[in-house]
Amino acid sequence: MNQFYKLIWLAGSILFAQFPVFAEQTDRSLVPNMFAPESTPAHAISHLAVFVLVITAAIFVVVASLLTYVIIRFRGRANDEGTEPAQIYGSGLIEAAWTTVPFLIVVVLSLTTARVIHAVQDARKPADALDVQVIGHQWWWEIRYPKLGIVTANEIHVPASKATFLDLRSADVVHSFWVPRLAGKIDLVPNQVNSMWIEPERPGLFVGQCGTYCGTQHAWMLLRVYVETSENFDQWVAKQRKLAENEPTVSAGRLVFERTACINCHAVNGTIATGRFGPDLTHLMSRDTLGSGVLTNSLEMLRAWIKSPGQFKPGVFMPAMNLSDADLDQVVNYLTTLK
Amino acid sequence: MNGTAKTDGTIGALPLASIKADGKTIFDHIHSWLVTVDHKKLGLMYIMYGLGFLVIGGLEATLIRIQLAAPNLHIISPQTFNQLFTMHGTTMVFLVGMPIIFGFANYLVPLMIGARDLAFPRLNAFGFWLSALGGMLLYFSLIGGEGMTGAGSAPDVGWFAYAPLTEKAFSKGHTTDYWILGVLVGGFGSIATAINIITTIVCMRCRGMMLTKMPLLVWLNLVMCGMVLIAVSPLTAAQIMLLLDRYDGSHFFDTQAGGSATLWMHFFWIFGHPEVYILIIPAFAFASEIIPVFSRKAIFGYPVMVGATVAIAFVSLSVWAHHMFTVGMTSTGNTFFVVSTMLVGIPTGIKIFNWLGTMWGGKLRFATPMIFSIAFLFQFLIAGLTGIMLACAPWDWQLNDSYFLIAHFHYTLVGALVFMIFAAIYYWFPKATGRLLSEQLGKWHFWLFLIGFHMTFDTMHIPGILGMPRRIYTYEAGRGWGVWNLICTVGVVFQVIGVLIFVLNILLSLRKGKPAGNDPWDAWTLEWATKSPPPEYNFAEIPTVKSRRPLWDIKHPSDPDWKYE
Repeated sequence: MNQFYKLIWLAGSILFAQFPVFAEQTDRSLVPNMFAPESTPAHAISHLAVFVLVITAAIFVVVASLLTYVIIRFRGRANDEGTEPAQIYGSGLIEAAWTTVPFLIVVVLSLTTARVIHAVQDARKPADALDVQVIGHQWWWEIRYPKLGIVTANEIHVPASKATFLDLRSADVVHSFWVPRLAGKIDLVPNQVNSMWIEPERPGLFVGQCGTYCGTQHAWMLLRVYVETSENFDQWVAKQRKLAENEPTVSAGRLVFERTACINCHAVNGTIATGRFGPDLTHLMSRDTLGSGVLTNSLEMLRAWIKSPGQFKPGVFMPAMNLSDADLDQVVNYLTTLK
Repeated sequence: MNGTAKTDGTIGALPLASIKADGKTIFDHIHSWLVTVDHKKLGLMYIMYGLGFLVIGGLEATLIRIQLAAPNLHIISPQTFNQLFTMHGTTMVFLVGMPIIFGFANYLVPLMIGARDLAFPRLNAFGFWLSALGGMLLYFSLIGGEGMTGAGSAPDVGWFAYAPLTEKAFSKGHTTDYWILGVLVGGFGSIATAINIITTIVCMRCRGMMLTKMPLLVWLNLVMCGMVLIAVSPLTAAQIMLLLDRYDGSHFFDTQAGGSATLWMHFFWIFGHPEVYILIIPAFAFASEIIPVFSRKAIFGYPVMVGATVAIAFVSLSVWAHHMFTVGMTSTGNTFFVVSTMLVGIPTGIKIFNWLGTMWGGKLRFATPMIFSIAFLFQFLIAGLTGIMLACAPWDWQLNDSYFLIAHFHYTLVGALVFMIFAAIYYWFPKATGRLLSEQLGKWHFWLFLIGFHMTFDTMHIPGILGMPRRIYTYEAGRGWGVWNLICTVGVVFQVIGVLIFVLNILLSLRKGKPAGNDPWDAWTLEWATKSPPPEYNFAEIPTVKSRRPLWDIKHPSDPDWKYE
């Protein structure tokens, strides 16, 4: 019998060890916790949230205690079989009381909420605010800096301690832009331009993802917002504004890239590749992820991704181009020079 | 009830036993169910149909939970996962919630108002079979969704099917068409039944049953059916518009040709939000019958309860855009829907307080229907409070479409509606079958389901707070969601075992349950005056009532209700 328990214990511990959740190493700064805000709208929201939580918790405690009291105090007892309790049909005074109190609570909550709505939605745009355009695609984010002439994808760089105003649109279906530690979400609706703003306080990486179901790969439409010091941000801008590197040693790979269908969808600034259906690759290697967050960006991953995107992101619109191994190596070599 | 109760306290039996034809084959029985226009048989068919789909929708949910148990699992493909949550949502709302509440309304309303059937028995059968056809159409998509080549497909657009994802450009094949047609046809069935129930309540109450003497269940179903008429129609219209978009070149929601994505959202939610109340008001109705009987007291504040229900119905018609706080409405628009949504909280709170008032000073009996009702009170309280959190538009910008929202509405639909459906089944099963469900198995069912429910849905709030959106088939490790999701999934195990015990309880009790008699709970409304199960004509003699609790009057002739009402 002892053996039997040992066996179960062993099986259990093996099973547990298999579950990645218990091995999950969590970097708390990468948990998109809405109660750990790092930017103004998210701060305002979490303050409101705490206020509402306190009020609702108080209501819960009062009503749940009353319910519990009633259940214990008025439980049927063995010795009262056959008799009925006094019948009470109602009381106007009591009804009035428990109508008035909730009404007052509603007034308070409505006014508080209205104030935060106004503060966030009707905020004036400062003259020095950074403008960013976000365009949702199935299933990636096109990011544009119209005044800076930058086009990138999935990863947004913004300066700390300065307002960034985003206007958001969609190229296909409804998406939703959500980075909980910076702000609440806002939908990207076709034929409509929505706007939101953030004013992050400190440098750091803040993650989020698409909030509205948008088709097969809704799950892998991740967002990364890099908040940087203004010097780092300016450096990043300067780099992004350059044309693509033209590294002569990889011209063979560039030829493969330009002669294959790659350029129908991808643009590389300064070359004949001007496709707009997929992410701009001019500075591909300056990004940390591939496939809108499904893979980390490295030489091996890039190769695996190009070879078979659907293996990592089933349903993705990027096709496997069936390149020969030699061509594949050359294309990857070329792409890795796009820093 | 003019004092002419038969010696056994029943007004239901005619001496017709000899007419009962023996020697019927199984086919005769099936035939009799297929062609029936009897409200009781149709009611039971609605309920069985809904319970059948409850099992199917539950299995879909179980698969979803397995896939989400840990980060980066690849048990189910994204395509299948998207179909599972679409089918789960559509099934639970249109093929479980609606049929079951209509089933109970069908079964109970005529009995409670002392009528022999609904006003239009054939329309009733028509409504049921339309609803059944809707369900069949939806599930036929598994075979017919992609034509002959792509067997094994189902709609994958989500249960509220946001345009333009449903347009031809983004949803090829026929799966979305089956979704549209299934919901459309079922909607017609709902409208037919709603008209029928309203007519019955307005025209066919027995003598003495003024509107102010109707049992609360009848009142609440009247309100619910009125809401069905108002709310289902825009959905039906929107489905037809979408069909036109897909097949006749119109561009209502076709954004590529200038259509509007938000137009669909408005159409859907002006149905969708009243729909939530359509589903929850019957749960209130069950609670308003069960809690008084097991507290041994008349309902507290009957007129206020009626008024609060009507108020909920009215206000709930003006709250729909609280589903759209993130769509980019103006600050004024957002504020309007914040205020209207919060206002619903007032009559809802009044209801909870009145149930509390009913229990106050009573002698509570904790039979299975009552313990489910008590759990309902606590859970509905929490669901209401998380609802207030979601009504604060700025917080909703964070919470909308996150797992917090999923937890919230499962608290209302499972924690409140499903718990009250279980309570109602334990309460009225003896009336419908003549046998009581086992109390012992009932308690096992209750506790297992309660533990499972709280493991799954209490925990589910947390990944939402931590930024986990709904409808993702997997998520990366390191976001802090894994452990919570695992606990959610483990809770499902308890719920599944609970439901299995419930099914077992029904099967065993049908054959061997304790005979119920006419009035096993010592209750007060008219359905308990007739036999269990009631004869086809319900009452041999149409009763006359003087108060809201006619059986109380009979049982306490010296202290009848009508003196005080």
